[in-house]
Amino acid sequence: ITVRDALNSALDEEMSADPSVFLMGEEVGEYQGAYKITKGLLDKYGPDRVLDTPITEAGFTGIGVGAAYQGLRPVIEFMTFNFSMQAIDHIINSAAKSNYMSAGQINVPIVFRGPNGAAAGVGAQHSQCYAAWFAHVPGLKVLAPYSSEDARGLLKAAIRDPDPVVFLENELLYGESFPVSDEVLDSSFALPIGKAKIEREGKDVTITAFSKMVGYALQAAEILSKEGISAEVINLRSIRPLDRAAINASVRKTNRLVTLEEGFPQHGVGAEICMSVVEESFEYLDAPIERIAGADVPMPYAANLERLAVPQIEDIVRAARRACYRALPMTATA
Amino acid sequence: SPPSAPVPRHRIPQIPLNPARASRASPAMAAAILRRLSPAAAQRAPPRLLPPTLARGVSDSTEPLTVETSVPFTSHIVDPPSRDVSTTPRELAAAFRDMALMRRAEIAADSLYKAKLIRGFCHLYDGQEAVAVGMEAAITRRDAIITAYRDHCLYLARGGDLVAAFAELMGRVDGCSRGKGGSMHFYKKDANFYGGHGIVGAQVPLGCGLAFAQRYRKEGTVTFDLYGDGAANQGQLFEALNMAALWKLPVILVCENNHYGMGTAEWKASKSPAYYKRGDYVPGLKVDGMDFLAVKQACKFAKEHVLENGPIILEMDTYRYHGHSMSDPGSTYRTRDEIAGIRQERDPIERVRKLLLTHDLATAQELKDMEKEIRKEVDTAIAKAKESPMPDTSELFKNVYVNDCGLESFGVDRKVVRTVLP
Repeated sequence: ITVRDALNSALDEEMSADPSVFLMGEEVGEYQGAYKITKGLLDKYGPDRVLDTPITEAGFTGIGVGAAYQGLRPVIEFMTFNFSMQAIDHIINSAAKSNYMSAGQINVPIVFRGPNGAAAGVGAQHSQCYAAWFAHVPGLKVLAPYSSEDARGLLKAAIRDPDPVVFLENELLYGESFPVSDEVLDSSFALPIGKAKIEREGKDVTITAFSKMVGYALQAAEILSKEGISAEVINLRSIRPLDRAAINASVRKTNRLVTLEEGFPQHGVGAEICMSVVEESFEYLDAPIERIAGADVPMPYAANLERLAVPQIEDIVRAARRACYRALPMTATA
Repeated sequence: SPPSAPVPRHRIPQIPLNPARASRASPAMAAAILRRLSPAAAQRAPPRLLPPTLARGVSDSTEPLTVETSVPFTSHIVDPPSRDVSTTPRELAAAFRDMALMRRAEIAADSLYKAKLIRGFCHLYDGQEAVAVGMEAAITRRDAIITAYRDHCLYLARGGDLVAAFAELMGRVDGCSRGKGGSMHFYKKDANFYGGHGIVGAQVPLGCGLAFAQRYRKEGTVTFDLYGDGAANQGQLFEALNMAALWKLPVILVCENNHYGMGTAEWKASKSPAYYKRGDYVPGLKVDGMDFLAVKQACKFAKEHVLENGPIILEMDTYRYHGHSMSDPGSTYRTRDEIAGIRQERDPIERVRKLLLTHDLATAQELKDMEKEIRKEVDTAIAKAKESPMPDTSELFKNVYVNDCGLESFGVDRKVVRTVLP
């Protein structure tokens, strides 16, 4: 099924199972969702549970958090996470910190979801990745699905979770289709929060990635395997909490690491992963950790410049080779 | 650690005005009443603002009595309620007690702050007591209240424990937020008091969200969403008000207009300081916020209004004697004459004292004795709060999440302090 259908079915099933779940966001109802993720839900659940809002992120995010204080389970959609900055005070100060400041009296079972990161040709204000910003904050959980299984399992887990969850989708993945098992299609399916998935096992170098970059990493691993480098690809799934155990176990096996992300490099997810590995598995490293991230510039519009601003598969392959001390491609040896 | 089980909403009974204050009620009776209110509340001693025995002598009658408000209500696109307010001697005596207790508690907090037992920010409410007490007189504990950081008295009005309040201010583990919140983060969920917020204006959309949930669940209850004249210009207020009006949310926006947003006078901050009119398409009422009965009347009117018609704005014309916070002497932007003048002409406690005396419901000495007892009560509470220890170091890592799922967390030096969240 496509990621879009995976998300839609997850929302549908969770709304059906729990009457306190409701959706709020711009164009989620009558328009059927800006990216059609909420298609059909207004007809099925009515305007009391699928609310079209005016273009007022600070207002409706605050209203959603207030409703969550009272025990409802809102799913707030940001048309893209770039607009979450208008509401970020509510995400951080009103949602993330409440359980702590009230010593457990006020928990906030809310989900903030929407597309994150670069799309295609949408320019600087519509292309930022917010994973590092939100994952910085204790009290939030930050998830980033890649496949349809991830989308279904993580969104269901997020809605059921009693804590505020930031759910970072990717617009370019919505239309991609992935095979799913019957277990994934079952309405009780959910993935655990905080556990990464080994998408591809390998023994020479570990590549960590999340969201769309997982697909790129897998393609890079295919190319690398032809050169005799066996790459292990980790789909992080959860940025906060970060599955440090899985990352470190993998690095202790392969001894080399490439961190991959789409967002800006400084203070990014890769920086945290690098530090975590240095702290826990330094003796196991045979090479410096490599980092592939978006370019340190606002996203340009021109197609050739945009291509230079976002990681490409050849960048990942090059970094993996460097980690393996192989500057030039080599043919596989028997 | 998981929170205590949420109180099932359908089981909270409609309770009359603060039964624990019924002057002939024993503490045991109050406890029995509160057990019906919520299982969690029954485990604690009933929150008493004052020992019930003090009421002897002061009239306890429930005979209705009509009093005129200080000034008539001014309104915006709605017919105002009458300025004749129905009350009882018991209600007036209770209002006097509660306001006097709040006044004494805030002044005591001032001393604790100067003694460096309270740290950081401390925003005091003295002068504004009539808003908190008048509101409580008009509503039930099933209605919700949310406010910003000047929250100590709202917490007490909702039945908050005096010892827990002082312990929280001093950062002790028996504080209402276990010492982890501080002055600006008091909450009492079982009384539908949602804090306690430090970001100016943020509580306004949150309050509209509380009302959203009340309407979603068809509870027939309302939310009082308090903010100041300083917050009244926040964009998010208008965003939330727009949605509240569109969706007919049962929310009452209460502007506690004490005329100064920190150090900025209202006429310097707002092109239009007629805050009750700022809702434009949303009706509003201007209320003398120093008059307990006017506040009560306005809140009663507002509650009935919003359940039928959607949001309304109440502008409470009130005043704070202290500066914005304990770091502000409060005299660089206003004159001492102004402060003294308000205290002389409009003090909320003095107004009710005069009513009690003129209507022969109490003698001056009885009221003075009551205030002496209140002072003792507050001193006892502070002494008890001082005995409470600082939170244990393990508290640092508690309540970051509800569902901790075996998460790791780290102290400053993660090679030294590292834990799995409880």
